[in-house]
Amino acid sequence: MSERIIEFRDALCEAMSEEMRDDQKVFLLGEEVAQYNGAYKISKGMLDEFGPRRVIDTPISESGFSGMAIGAAMRGLRPIVEFMSWSFSLVAADPILNNAAKMLYMSGGQFGCPIVFRGNDGAGGQLGSTHSWCVESLYANVPGLKMAIPYDAYDAKGMLKTAIRDDNPVFFLESERLLSTTGHVPQEDYTVPFGQAFVRRQGTDCTLISFGRPLHFCFEAAEELAKEGIDCEIIDGRTIRPLDIDTMVKSVKKTNACVVVDQSWSFASIGSEVASQIHRYCFDDLDNFVHRVHSDDVPTPYASNLEQAYLPNTRKICEAVRSATYNT
Amino acid sequence: MDKIETEQNMASTELPHVQLGKAPLPESPILLGWLRQMLLIREFEVRTMQAYQNRLIGGFCHVYIGQEAVAVGSIAAVNPDDPIVLAYRCHGHALARGMDPKYCMAEMFGRIGGCAKGKGGSMHMFDAPHHLYGGHGIVGAQTPLGAGLAFATKYEDEVLHDGKSQHVTLCYLGDGAINQGAFYEAMNLAGLFNLPVIFILENNRYSMGTAIERGTTMASELHTKSAAHGINHAIVDGKDVVSMYQSFKSIADWCREESRPFFVEAQTYRYKGHSMSDPRKYRTREEEAREEGSDCIDRLEKFLCDEHDLTTDGIKQLTRQVKTQVREAVDWAKNSPETPMDELYKDVYVDHWGPFTGTSKPEMLQGEDE
Ligand SMILES: Cc1ncc(C[n+]2csc(CCOP(=O)(O)OP(=O)(O)O)c2C)c(N)n1
Ligand SMILES: [Mg+2]
Repeated sequence: MSERIIEFRDALCEAMSEEMRDDQKVFLLGEEVAQYNGAYKISKGMLDEFGPRRVIDTPISESGFSGMAIGAAMRGLRPIVEFMSWSFSLVAADPILNNAAKMLYMSGGQFGCPIVFRGNDGAGGQLGSTHSWCVESLYANVPGLKMAIPYDAYDAKGMLKTAIRDDNPVFFLESERLLSTTGHVPQEDYTVPFGQAFVRRQGTDCTLISFGRPLHFCFEAAEELAKEGIDCEIIDGRTIRPLDIDTMVKSVKKTNACVVVDQSWSFASIGSEVASQIHRYCFDDLDNFVHRVHSDDVPTPYASNLEQAYLPNTRKICEAVRSATYNT
Repeated sequence: MDKIETEQNMASTELPHVQLGKAPLPESPILLGWLRQMLLIREFEVRTMQAYQNRLIGGFCHVYIGQEAVAVGSIAAVNPDDPIVLAYRCHGHALARGMDPKYCMAEMFGRIGGCAKGKGGSMHMFDAPHHLYGGHGIVGAQTPLGAGLAFATKYEDEVLHDGKSQHVTLCYLGDGAINQGAFYEAMNLAGLFNLPVIFILENNRYSMGTAIERGTTMASELHTKSAAHGINHAIVDGKDVVSMYQSFKSIADWCREESRPFFVEAQTYRYKGHSMSDPRKYRTREEEAREEGSDCIDRLEKFLCDEHDLTTDGIKQLTRQVKTQVREAVDWAKNSPETPMDELYKDVYVDHWGPFTGTSKPEMLQGEDE
């Protein structure tokens, strides 16, 4: 079968459009999603196809429109809320964390919240600290929500479809840096289930675990390390809640070394959580403690050289792998 | 790109002129029903305070005594399937909407028989069959939800059923909540998207110990706040259930017909402290006595005696009935088992995974097709 190569952003658009064709309860709202075609052109053409009742431009009012969408989801509608950037979701922290994530529990099972919040997450575009948030570690702390981070076009489509069909609130984190990457996306309907990590590169010497865009640096690092004779296995965790720790553990039991690469800050983070679980389940298999690569523990700088140094980049990953495998 | 005409860029720049008359008064049995509901709420709240003293209820607990006419009059004016969402002072509205008091009491006792299986508590009453979308503990947080419920009914009526919008949502808030940003966002969205939601400000003049003029600009002209969002308003006597109903019925009918929001300031007073631990040092006993002198229950009783053949005996009989009903509710709640441990991991997610064990409905819903 011939490859069908499309951009990551178009994969997202296809996922939303197909689900909206299938289910009238699904609709999209957010800033500039309709007439402007989306700040990152992800919803391009959707207004034309679905009209202004289902592709809805909102004012700059994250707390208001998130809360509004949650109210609608309590009645069984299935909103997709686009945050222009997850950085701006901070002003909507109360509705998305207090209402969406806890509604089912607080109502004793009476009202769920089938909603998707999605948008750009992460640094790398020289946007300065306010616009460069990686919210995964902040929000993953909260029970009641699911969190998915796709790495390629295939997963972007398959995971977004899963998110839209999920009866729980899903926080869907896209990287603006990945939107123009391309990949094979089949014509037929498919989904990518949550809670199933994906081994993206087989290797024998060290397990690299990451989510989303930093995987790109993991691949670069693996190339470089291969030249030094260090063979990395790369695991794309895909979802943070649920976390597929089993696949990660299986890999570490084979390689006996592990580096977690997480683009959020290190303190109380996805990286610290995964490392803690690996320590627990692979205590007797590890030849060294689990190493972690994060963004540096400072606000995101603007200057390009500083920002590149700040991110979990190839250099930092290589150093961590060499250290974890005693190749220093 | 061609200019696309959407409802959104046609948001009105002027407040629509609305002149609403008062709806006619219903028949005596309905009016008696309101009296019964107000008596029930008051008795329920008295027993709630007792139960709190006896440590059967924990946490924060806010009673509705004095404000009964607001919930009863407004809820009577809408259809049973019009959604309701409210703040944390929510027992009265739940009862006025039809929740059996035993589920409400058991919720506060933290028992499995509670409306939310004891997972919500006093501030978080939910009742799906009665279209009650929760009490909400974060001041103001319910206002965007109210806009969302109205968005949903409109979407259901217009998009899913291809008809005319025909529901109206009631969204209650306190005078403290009008200082929250969320409320202004909710009003802007409701005005912009033509959402049929009524924001009902229960102005009891205090948010905890803060008198309204200490917390809010334009405190005596609150309608300016809604007018700024293109939303019409009304001021009603929240201590007169009859007037509450009559104004509210016309407003609700108009919102339903026009698919537009409304802002209603119901002027009322909370007789008791803010919560169970409030010595009320911020106001005088004289003020309280004056306010209690125009009590909503007394006024309806007098009206019904004067004009609808209610007798002192009739009142006594109603009072006895609600006392019995509330006593039975308390007993039922006491006998409801403690929420079992397996509920801890239930209702976190709809599905089963990891330690999470899916979801289940409370006893209140058994037999309901929800
Ligand atoms: C965001 C937030 N801030 C503070 C509180 C604490 N608090 C609970 S009730 C209340 C007063 C609210 O008063 P009002 O809105 O007038 O309602 P009322 O108690 O009079 O019914 C405060 C400050 C809260 N629950 N949520
Ligand atoms: Mg108040």
